[in-house]
Amino acid sequence: MGIELAQVDTIIDKHHADQRALISLLLDIQDQFYFLPQEALERVADKVGVPSVQVYQVARFYKAFSLKPRGKHLLTVCVGTACHVRGGERLVDQLSRVLAVAPGETTDDKLFTLQTVNCLGCCALGPVMVVDGTYYGKMSATKIDKVLSKYRNGEEVADDD
Amino acid sequence: MTRLNTFAELEQWRTQAAAARAQNEKCVTVCGGTGCRAYGSEKVWEAFRAEIAKQQANVKLNYQVKVTGCHGFCEKGPLVVIRPAQIFYTRVQVKDVPKIVSDTLIGGKVIERLLATDPQTNEHVVHEHDVPFYKHQSRLLLNMNGEIDPTRIEEYVALGGYGAFAKALSNMSGEQVIAQVKASKLRGRGGAGFPTGVKWETCRNQPGEVKYVVCNADEGDPGAYMDRSLIEGNPHRLIEGLAIGAYAIGAQEGYVYIRHEYPLAVKTLELAIKQAEECGLLGKNILGTKFNFTLHVQLGAGAFVCGEETALMASIEGRVGEPMPRPPFPAEKGLWGKPTNINNVKSWSSIPIIISQGADQFAKLGTENSKGTTIFSLVGKINNTGLVEVPMGVTLRHMVYDIGGGISQGKKFKALQTGGPSGGCIPESLLDLPLDYENLNAVGSMMGSGGMIVMDEETCMVNIAKYFLDFTKFESCGKCTACREGVRQMNTILERITQGEGEEGDIELLETMGAAIQDGALCALGRTAPNPVLSTIRYFRDEYTAHIQEQKCPAGVCKSLITFYIIAEKCNGCTLCARNCTEAAITGELHQLHVIDDAKCARCGVCREVCTHDAVGVR
Repeated sequence: MGIELAQVDTIIDKHHADQRALISLLLDIQDQFYFLPQEALERVADKVGVPSVQVYQVARFYKAFSLKPRGKHLLTVCVGTACHVRGGERLVDQLSRVLAVAPGETTDDKLFTLQTVNCLGCCALGPVMVVDGTYYGKMSATKIDKVLSKYRNGEEVADDD
Repeated sequence: MTRLNTFAELEQWRTQAAAARAQNEKCVTVCGGTGCRAYGSEKVWEAFRAEIAKQQANVKLNYQVKVTGCHGFCEKGPLVVIRPAQIFYTRVQVKDVPKIVSDTLIGGKVIERLLATDPQTNEHVVHEHDVPFYKHQSRLLLNMNGEIDPTRIEEYVALGGYGAFAKALSNMSGEQVIAQVKASKLRGRGGAGFPTGVKWETCRNQPGEVKYVVCNADEGDPGAYMDRSLIEGNPHRLIEGLAIGAYAIGAQEGYVYIRHEYPLAVKTLELAIKQAEECGLLGKNILGTKFNFTLHVQLGAGAFVCGEETALMASIEGRVGEPMPRPPFPAEKGLWGKPTNINNVKSWSSIPIIISQGADQFAKLGTENSKGTTIFSLVGKINNTGLVEVPMGVTLRHMVYDIGGGISQGKKFKALQTGGPSGGCIPESLLDLPLDYENLNAVGSMMGSGGMIVMDEETCMVNIAKYFLDFTKFESCGKCTACREGVRQMNTILERITQGEGEEGDIELLETMGAAIQDGALCALGRTAPNPVLSTIRYFRDEYTAHIQEQKCPAGVCKSLITFYIIAEKCNGCTLCARNCTEAAITGELHQLHVIDDAKCARCGVCREVCTHDAVGVR
């Protein structure tokens, strides 16, 4: 698939094509495309002046990066210790079953990508799930359907509870 | 913002800012920390602004709405404090706002139902400082969280901010600053507890013109979030600490390495740096002196090992975050081969306090070898989840029961976990232990960066040990064999045990392997990885034995060893469990006893979660 290399260039320029900013730069690219497209990585290597292998190494090493396209909505479940003792694992299991994907995978309809994160630092709300930046605290297996249906129906606004 | 060129100009600005603050003392402060935002505090402060503007037409109100950093009592968010009366409202929703404005702001009345309750006396508590959760704390680092708007530098300046930096620049030599830090006996708050002043001195004494200071804000320990809260609530104190350190060490450039998972903290810090630059508190010729200091923000991208200082430096250089053997230590050869001093957020933020109050004052708090205060995030199965700042030396029992309010849902305490994946689990028999670096090490855990996770009778200790090894296995960078292969093998054994396939001799094998990894791994991540396993074997050996010999999980967690069943006397046949079972494993008619088909049951525990009559048992 083709991507707008001009957008990549803008991000590279923002970071002054500085090798020190490689990680921040890749994070910005991922924010733009939701994953790291191959063309973008090649462009970064070219313009920043580091070998492609180093760019790929960094992109593979850090857990925040995805080299595969992701779904329209990103479901991030916290599996930090506080969420774990409050049932975070059960939440991941149930989501996996409901969506028929393992953590790190995207549903066939490309609507959801499920991923886990080690701690989001809002342990009082545990277990926590974040959908596209919106936090859902004190989650339970029974609330899953309600939350997912909001995104399935195209309403992306969280309610108060 | 105007640039400050002299110390006198800073003082003048402080006087003006303090006067402005005094004039605007009437305000509604709403917590804007990540936790309260997740509860919807953004909508709450918008509602306050709108409601006050609306009422302003009829009554002269003079109340400002101020968004502050994290207050720490995250359990009860969104938190609202009405100043100067200090009335403390918890769990405030948008619908409560008109009543607060009419009754409290205009009428001067306290709304009882929004107050916090003392769990011991069941009485309402009006003021923030009287709430038991806060009453037992000594808030030295967290004191301004909740007081100031972190997006406005003048708020920090009004309360004496950047005064310590000015004091160091105008009256102290680099050596004198280091002497103060040494005298304070401050130890690294990142967990290892190395004396901060000694570290600084080593770096200062290295030859060469170019040196760096680095703040490690890669708060990766799951369950710890005080660094995030300090940055979100009071970013300027961190900047001031780094600037003082750079001056003392002789560095002109600094980096804050922060997790990208903390978007709000990153945004707040970037804004604060920009403001400090505009005021001439960062940059060239600071306050008219010859001192130059530039501060950069560098984002992490989700690699726990980058909390290790050599891996962190590799990451700042834009490379893969793999640790390097030490020596050479970063103080000798750090970023780009130059002498580098790395400290944690809490250590850096303690510096302005030490310099302005004096080392003696700081060293009055704490124990013989561990001075000052420390912040823990008290989380897990505890009533009052939140950030707790206490002097070193208080007991664990005091933390859990007096401040934490005891175990949630009336369950029984089982263990306290500190030190994250590098730490250990502490049993009830050791709860009277005074908190300090040495004591925690002696019982097989460690101070770590401050996560304190409370576990109750429903937490399986073998499962917890496996959980932490899953974590380190995943986060191991793979460079050294001891960590890469050793942790994986220990994890495989634990996996077998939790599946009921444990063998005689497994416990001893885990102990031997753990000791070997502690000796053989390259960096602290690997060397401490066996701690959660070794400490749970040490204190909860019975649970391991039950899994291996009887194929039983006493806590009812390990899926292969448990069975869910309906307790006939309690089931009223409401069908709720059957409707929620994704495996269609539960059968039963309305008002009739339900039954779980064990062959179909996926052991997800949803039935137990939804049952309102406690009618689902596990054995």
